[in-house]
Amino acid sequence: MTVSKIAYVRTDEAPRMAPPVSETGAIGWIRQNLFDSVGNAIMTVIGIAMLALILPPTINWLFIDAVWTGTGRDACIVEGAGACWAFVHAKFGQFMYGRYPDPERWRVDLTGLLLIAGLVPAAIPRVPFKRETVLYLLVVFPIAGFILLTGGNLDLSGSFWIGLAIMAVLSLAITVLICRNAGIEPLSPLKVVAAIYAALALVFAVVSYDFGLRPVETQLWGGLLVTLVVAIVGIVASFPLGILLALGRRSKLPAVKLVSVIFIEFWRGVPLITVLFMSSVMLPLFLPDGVNFDKLLRALIGVALFASAYMAEVVRGGLQAIPKGQYEAADAMGLSFWQGIGLIIMPQALKLVIPGIVNTFIGLFKDTSLVLIIGLFDLLGIVSLNFSDANWASPNTPATGFVFAAFVFWIFCFGMSRYSIYMERRLHRGHAR
Amino acid sequence: MTSASSAEREQAGDGSGTSWFYNPRVRGVVFQVLVVAFLLGMLAFFAYNAKINLERAGIASGLGFLSERAGFDISQSLVPYTNDSTYFRAFYVGLLNTLLVASIGIVIATVLGFIVGIARLSKNFLIRQIATWYVELLRNIPLLLQLLFWYKAVLSVLPSPRQSLEPVSGVYLNNRGLILPEVIGQPGSSAILWALLAAIAASIGISRWARKRQQETGRQFPSLLVGLGLIVGLPLLAFLVTGMPVDLAYAELAGFNFRGGVVVIPEFMALLLGLALYTAAFIAEIVRAGILAVSHGQTEAAYSLGLRPRRTLQLVIIPQAMRVIIPPLTSQFLNLTKNSSLAVAIGYPDLVAVFAGTVLNQTGQAVEVIIITMLVYLTLSLLTSGFMNWYNSRMALVER
Repeated sequence: MTVSKIAYVRTDEAPRMAPPVSETGAIGWIRQNLFDSVGNAIMTVIGIAMLALILPPTINWLFIDAVWTGTGRDACIVEGAGACWAFVHAKFGQFMYGRYPDPERWRVDLTGLLLIAGLVPAAIPRVPFKRETVLYLLVVFPIAGFILLTGGNLDLSGSFWIGLAIMAVLSLAITVLICRNAGIEPLSPLKVVAAIYAALALVFAVVSYDFGLRPVETQLWGGLLVTLVVAIVGIVASFPLGILLALGRRSKLPAVKLVSVIFIEFWRGVPLITVLFMSSVMLPLFLPDGVNFDKLLRALIGVALFASAYMAEVVRGGLQAIPKGQYEAADAMGLSFWQGIGLIIMPQALKLVIPGIVNTFIGLFKDTSLVLIIGLFDLLGIVSLNFSDANWASPNTPATGFVFAAFVFWIFCFGMSRYSIYMERRLHRGHAR
Repeated sequence: MTSASSAEREQAGDGSGTSWFYNPRVRGVVFQVLVVAFLLGMLAFFAYNAKINLERAGIASGLGFLSERAGFDISQSLVPYTNDSTYFRAFYVGLLNTLLVASIGIVIATVLGFIVGIARLSKNFLIRQIATWYVELLRNIPLLLQLLFWYKAVLSVLPSPRQSLEPVSGVYLNNRGLILPEVIGQPGSSAILWALLAAIAASIGISRWARKRQQETGRQFPSLLVGLGLIVGLPLLAFLVTGMPVDLAYAELAGFNFRGGVVVIPEFMALLLGLALYTAAFIAEIVRAGILAVSHGQTEAAYSLGLRPRRTLQLVIIPQAMRVIIPPLTSQFLNLTKNSSLAVAIGYPDLVAVFAGTVLNQTGQAVEVIIITMLVYLTLSLLTSGFMNWYNSRMALVER
């Protein structure tokens, strides 16, 4: 009946104690992440041993023992010297521009600025006017870059203009003929054809106009300039070709499909080196006498054909991701094949494959270094070329040059791969809902 | 529109009254004819130009050059070759060298790639970071640069033969290459090879029998362990029974260079190192993606069935991850094979360096040489992808 007497009841909270030192902060983190089991502890020890083996000599060589200033090999040939950064410093201009003449290098810089001015707004999703930016990048920038880098003033003979005019008249006549035969009002197709030729004529007029720039032959180009020119021209030229091939591979027309499949599988099946050999050795044989492409242009043709096969597979991936309903909707709206592709399918498909395109570009960017094998001096080529400079010959020169080139390539590729991952996440979010 | 023209249109179309221009069949045929005609025209134009240009340069055409004397030396060949051999022999030597470096490279890259890929998913922070940096560093630097780095900046600055490094007794490393002791088989040593072959055949048979028995009775048999034991044990047994009929001939320093032994030339080492390390970075990413692609629910389901973590990995995760891994792994193998053509930059005598390099320069028959080279790589690609497709179809999900 009596209420049992409780000896002790705590009425206030016990003071809070700090968590054990071994569970929080740096020590806790180390325990949880590095030594939470015997196996893990062994792995950690192995990891530390690997780092201890690799890091100190590397840091020593790169920074502590490195030679930063100097005017020749004497500075770098010292016993126990590390990287010869003085070599990179002295040759930096060559590494960037090759033998591009000194007073004209502002043209290369300006081209680079024009490129950045287009790329930055194109790459940031929030900036408006995407269509205009892409148009600038694909049409205005290549023409401006061509004029700035080569000096423009392309020598187009009178017969070229006559030929273009004849082509235009012929095309217009054929258009009229087809329209008559098919019973269509010929006015609007005629306008399209005429506009195409007008645009072509305008482009040729601009590149053949004398802007008073000193012409610089492509033999003088080199370094990072050539690397970027080959990579960018390769990707821009391969883009339309890749889209056409991807459409061809999915086409219902057997001949078109067969041609596309053979083309794609052929280029994907052979190494880029053989393609470059082909374009440098075989291409001149295929051209009529008197037509002569310079070395850079030949390499560009090879690279563009090679890249277009890879691009086609990327675009095909995007096309396959578009549900059939989209095609049927385009048909139901009464759009023609090309209208449906251009307005409904491609905008969706290309948006999906932006990461794939960036990855193709990274691959191409790295592959541009192969042009040194056919005697063009890209960044890697010009760095290796400078090893034979007697003024800088030292045991550490090759390693230093390679580390510098690797650093430049790495910055570009790593940056682009981060961007690709960012786009992938962004696109994925929209689809995951 | 007059009635005559509309009648014409009806004839041209399929009778539906629309113009032929709107008939998809007609358009398809016309378009295809145009494409094919354009391509054939271009081919004919190229062939015509090539014929004229070759005639003007006085270069013979055809494959007759293959049986002529090559007249140059090759620094590494798996089959007997002298400079008196034919161009075809040189082609064969180059092809074998390509296959050698590609096949060894594929094995190393796969093993290393799986290790790094799994390490990237490790719980251990340090291991994970090392693996991540390995992948990010090697993947974003051109392979050619890595090859040149290994060749010119690492292997070329090794000491001369007199000051050779000797990591293991009898193995020497210097700027002429890696010198290994030669294995010389005495009479009776072929028994070891036969034992090895028999062991491989037996372990294949055992694993088949074990699978069949498991499907019928559910009882398991440690076929992997037994098979490994056989493959190691039988040749060892044969080696001991026949009285150890194998000698090691060590290389000896004579004058300025080594005599005897097996020399692995530095070009081969640089190429193998570069190819394997570079491709391993890509394979690591594929392995990681493959393992991540198996949803966590699979692990939980396995645990709820009472499987231990190791059995879960072995029976649930890996078989499903392999399905995701194999197709991109194939393309990495192909890439490695194609990338082995970069050998030309460091002077390893592979197919491209020997055939599309030296032979092309000597004969000038660019068209034939380049086409043959391309066809070889194309065939290798098709064979590899054919094999991997077959393997993939065996591993693929069998839906009932």
